[in-house]
Amino acid sequence: MLVDRILSRLLQAIPTLAGVAVIVFVLVRVVPGNPIAMMLPPGATQADIERLKALYGFDKSIAEQFLIWTSHALFGDFGISISLRQSVMGLVFSKLPATLELVLLATMVAVSLGVSLAVVGTRFQSEWPEAVIDGLTGFVQSVPDFIWSLALILVLGVLFPVLPISGRSDPRIGLNYATPFQLTESLVRLDARAFFDIFRHMIMPALALALPFAAIVARVLKSSLAEEMTQDYVLLARVKGFSEWRVIVGEALRNAAIPTVILTGVQFTFLIGGTVLVERIFSYPGIGNLAIDAVLNRDLPLIQGLVLVFAVLFITINLLLDFATVALNPKLSHG
Amino acid sequence: MNAVLTIDRLCAKLTANGARLLSNISLGVAAGEVHGLVGMSGAGKSMIAKAVLGVLPPAVRVTSGSIRFSGTEIVGLSRLGMRELLARGIALIPQDPLTALNPTRRIEAQMTDVMRARLGLDAKAARLRALSLLEEVQIREPASVLRRFPHEISGGQRQRVLIAIAFACNPKLIVADEPTTALDVTVQKQILRLIHELRSKHGTAILLVTHDLGVVAKICDSLSVMHAGVIVEQGAVADVIAAPAHPFTRALFAATPRHDRPDHELRPVPDAMQRAVAEAST
Repeated sequence: MLVDRILSRLLQAIPTLAGVAVIVFVLVRVVPGNPIAMMLPPGATQADIERLKALYGFDKSIAEQFLIWTSHALFGDFGISISLRQSVMGLVFSKLPATLELVLLATMVAVSLGVSLAVVGTRFQSEWPEAVIDGLTGFVQSVPDFIWSLALILVLGVLFPVLPISGRSDPRIGLNYATPFQLTESLVRLDARAFFDIFRHMIMPALALALPFAAIVARVLKSSLAEEMTQDYVLLARVKGFSEWRVIVGEALRNAAIPTVILTGVQFTFLIGGTVLVERIFSYPGIGNLAIDAVLNRDLPLIQGLVLVFAVLFITINLLLDFATVALNPKLSHG
Repeated sequence: MNAVLTIDRLCAKLTANGARLLSNISLGVAAGEVHGLVGMSGAGKSMIAKAVLGVLPPAVRVTSGSIRFSGTEIVGLSRLGMRELLARGIALIPQDPLTALNPTRRIEAQMTDVMRARLGLDAKAARLRALSLLEEVQIREPASVLRRFPHEISGGQRQRVLIAIAFACNPKLIVADEPTTALDVTVQKQILRLIHELRSKHGTAILLVTHDLGVVAKICDSLSVMHAGVIVEQGAVADVIAAPAHPFTRALFAATPRHDRPDHELRPVPDAMQRAVAEAST
C-alpha cells in the first residue's frame, strides 16, 4: 500500500516537472537580455553575433530548441553552462551539498529553538515569560535574514571578531574530500580540525537563516499547543498528577506537531532556494550564489537546470511531509 | 462520619466581573458513598468538580470557604501540592470518552503511565495490572485493546478504559463528571452498573456530577440539588425523591421521565427558574 502511494505520487510528479520545464524554458527566452550579448565585447559585428547564435542553437525557434533540450535532458544531459563552460548538472551537484548542509543546520537550530520557546511559553501561559517570548518572536520574525546576516557580521565578525565572515572553510586546511558534503564528510572521517573549521564558517549564515525561521516555528507551535491544552485528555493527564512539563511534552506536543512539521518542511524547501542573499553576503559557495551568477550572465542552460532541481527537491520534500503527517496521526493511517 | 471529601461554605466568583458562580456550597462525601450533584447546565456543578480537582480555569477565583480531602485543604494549594494530593488518591472519570483519551497514544501507554508514576510499578507489572483492570471493567480481549489507539475502539469501550484508569491507583475519591452523558442509553446502564459495582468492591467515595435524576436514583446514596450556584436541597436520595422540599427540586422531578410511573406527565422547568441560572452566570 505504501509502495502504491509512493508510485502514484511519483507519477503525479511527471506532469508537474514537464510544466515547470516548459515555463522556465520559454520564460528565460522571451525576457529581454540574452547570453550572446553578455559574451561579446561591445564592438562585435552583426556577423559575429549571428555566428555565435548559430553555435549555441539560439537561431532556431523556441519549440525546436525545446525539443533538442528535452531529448538530451531525458537522458540526464542538461547541457553545458554558457558562462562557466562546465556541465550544468556537474555544477549544480557540486554546489547543492553546501547549501543543503547549511539549510539543514539552520533548520535544526530553528526547530530546536522554536520548539523550546513554544513549550516554555505554553508552560508559563499568562505569566511574564510568555509575554517575553511573544514579544521576542514577533520581533525576530519581522527582521529578515539578510539584516540578521549584517547584524551578526557586525557583532561576531567585526566588534568581537570570533567567527569568520566569509567562505566555507579556511584555505589553509587542505580538503581532499571525496564528496561535496564537506561538513558531513569531515564528521564521518572524525576530522575534528576540518569539521570545526567548516562548522565555524557556517554558524553565522545558519543563524541568520534560523532566527526568523525559529520565530515562525515558535508562534505556530505555541498556538496549536494552546488549542491542545484545552482538550479533555490534557485535563485527565493533569488529574493523573503529572507535571505541566510532562503534560505539555508527553501529551500535547505530538498532537500539536502536525502544522509545525508541515511548516518546517515548506520553510526548508523555501530556504534551499532562498539562501541567495545570505550566501551572497557570506560569499558562501552554495547553490544560491550559483543561481545569482547564472541569472546575471543570462546562463540559460544553468538557470533551467537549477529550476528543475528545485522542483524535484520541492516534490520530494512534499512527499516526505505527507508520510510524516500520517506517521504523526494514527487516525490518518487507515484512510 | 469519616468524610473523604468535605466542602465547607465554598464561594467562587469570576475574576473579570465578580459575578458569583458558587455561593456557600457545603457537602460531604464519605468512603464508599456516591454523592450526586444535580442541576441544570450552568448551575455550577462542574465548577465544583473542577475546584475539587484543582483545575479551575484562571478566570474563576475561590473567594472563601474550604475543600478538604482526607483532612488536607485544597483551596489555595500550590500547583505542586495539588499534584501530590491528586497522586494520594483523587481520580477523574471524564464526561466525553471521545476526547478524554489522547488520540496519538496507545491505550496501554495511557493506562500504565499513571500506575508507573503513582504506584512505582515497572513496565511489566503495570501492564499486568492494566490487563486485570480491563477485565474488571468487562472488556473482552484486553490484550488486543491495550495495543489499540483510542479511535480504534468504541465509545463504550473507551469509557470503560477511562473507568479502569480512574480506579487504577486505588483512589479514595473519584470525581465523575457526567460519565454517561455522551453515551447511548443501553451503554449508559452498563457503565452505571459498572461504577456501582467497583464502588462497592473498592469502597471508593464518588462525587457524581449529572443533570440526569435517573442516574442519581440508580446509583447515588445522597444528593445535592444545585440551582444558580446554590445548593437548594440536600439529603439521602430516598428522602429527597419521596418528598422534595424545594420548588426547584420538584420542578426538576417533574421534568424527568420515570420508568416506575409511565403515566408521569413531563413538564419543563419554569422559565423564571431557568432565567435565574442565566442571570447568575452572566
